[in-house]
Amino acid sequence: MKFLGKYLNSLLLIELLKGLRVTGHYFWGKKFTVFYPEEKTPQSHRFRGLHALRRYPNGEERCIACKLCEAVCPALAITIDSAQREDGTRRTTRYDIDLTKCIYCGFCEEACPVDAIVETRVFEYHGEERGDLLMTKEKLLAHGAQYKKELANDRSKDAPYR
Amino acid sequence: MFEMIVTIWQDAIALLPGGIQPFAEIITKIIAIMIPLILSVAYLTFAERKIIGYMQVRIGPNRVGPRGLFQPFADVFKLVFKEIIIPSNSNKFLFIGAPLITFAPAMAAWAVIPFDEGMILSNIDAGLLYVLAVTSIGVYGVIIAGWASNSKYAFLGALRSSAQIVSYEIAMGFALVGVLIAAGSLNMHDIVIAQQGSVANWFFLPLFPLFMVYFISGVAETNRAPFDVAEGESEIVAGFHVEYSGMAFAVFFLAEYANMILIAGLTVVMFLGGWYSPLAGLGVVSETLFAIPYIGWMFDSGFHWLVFKMAFFLLLFLWFRATFPRYRYDQIMRLGWKVFIPITIVWLLVVGVAVLAEIPPWFDKGGAA
Repeated sequence: MKFLGKYLNSLLLIELLKGLRVTGHYFWGKKFTVFYPEEKTPQSHRFRGLHALRRYPNGEERCIACKLCEAVCPALAITIDSAQREDGTRRTTRYDIDLTKCIYCGFCEEACPVDAIVETRVFEYHGEERGDLLMTKEKLLAHGAQYKKELANDRSKDAPYR
Repeated sequence: MFEMIVTIWQDAIALLPGGIQPFAEIITKIIAIMIPLILSVAYLTFAERKIIGYMQVRIGPNRVGPRGLFQPFADVFKLVFKEIIIPSNSNKFLFIGAPLITFAPAMAAWAVIPFDEGMILSNIDAGLLYVLAVTSIGVYGVIIAGWASNSKYAFLGALRSSAQIVSYEIAMGFALVGVLIAAGSLNMHDIVIAQQGSVANWFFLPLFPLFMVYFISGVAETNRAPFDVAEGESEIVAGFHVEYSGMAFAVFFLAEYANMILIAGLTVVMFLGGWYSPLAGLGVVSETLFAIPYIGWMFDSGFHWLVFKMAFFLLLFLWFRATFPRYRYDQIMRLGWKVFIPITIVWLLVVGVAVLAEIPPWFDKGGAA
């Protein structure tokens, strides 16, 4: 009897009709599509996007050329050269991040003892020429200045967990 | 409106010199079938993306034109302007010829599909046989495409596809034998006429198992999900048309969708009473409905009912694709050989007995014998 039931079940396509009912039901349901350029999904304050180098409030750059970020970078995207400045502090002469290599893991940000290299929430950027995605120290510092408020805000939101 | 167009057309044909009149008549008829057909293929691709999108809780294409309505044209323009890459070790003649071999039968089969009473391009007596013969040619396109590409994936896809199409053709052919026993004719026009009356007279009732087998085999014949092992993008990339690009790929695409429409059309003509309205033959109800001014004709039999019914089957094609996971290859073969063929053979016997016993309302007209 059980065998017959199973046989009829498959012969009459019962399971398939059930499947069709499910998709038929979803056909009328509400759609979850976000109309991207017009609408955006919410972002976490820990979002890892475009990189930036920050400065202290007095204008002094944070980076002390410890090269921890360069060491930790799993994609070998960071290249740093350093030299002594006139006032005797160690500073970077070159700080490059190749965004075509970067995997946006955020390790550089975590490794940094002075919160100099950070990732902003910006993810909509592009390069039009070769080299546009090779971030130099100047570009990174410019990003830091451009997104200063947002960066400070995100850091303070994350502060209780650090 | 429609009569006016026909009259103008007949007058225009009459103006031509006598020798080319029949030629001009046939050419205009072919154009009148082809252009709506290709347009419906274009919009079927759009409908597919929209409907499957909706079933997957997405909204599908909506950027080109209002609600994405011009998307098919954008796709066509994109494909037309793309390069057709011919693999270096392929057989160029066959490589280019294969899409045409797939496409031509999908179009040619429409010659014998009756759209309305008397509206048929070529009312030949062996219509059903012609359909069987022409649709079988399509498989050569697939085999040639797979072989000429000189690619292992294409070749595997072609092997799978041809084995599958050949197996299902048997079940499909047997299902059609049931129809021809029931109708007592191979003429497509006569097959529809034999289903005249109400819904109860349509062949899908006495031939229900054959109807199911026919439609499911039709899905398998067109290599559509869940029988799309020939393409199997997760297994063999795109099967027989991996190496095709640009317009050559577009022709394959066109052929697949034209075949879907063809299968839907054949199912409707053979099992669901072609152009007959489901509201006809209901006595007083039909008479009052048909008598409604302006919209009464919508309830009466006619070309539009053929379109409605075909649209339903096309929706089923898309619905299946949105619902079912792909069959494993051996399951496909098992279904074709060990389930469908026995069902059709058994039901052929049943139909034969029913015809001999002249069971009403289908077999008591004297037409079947």
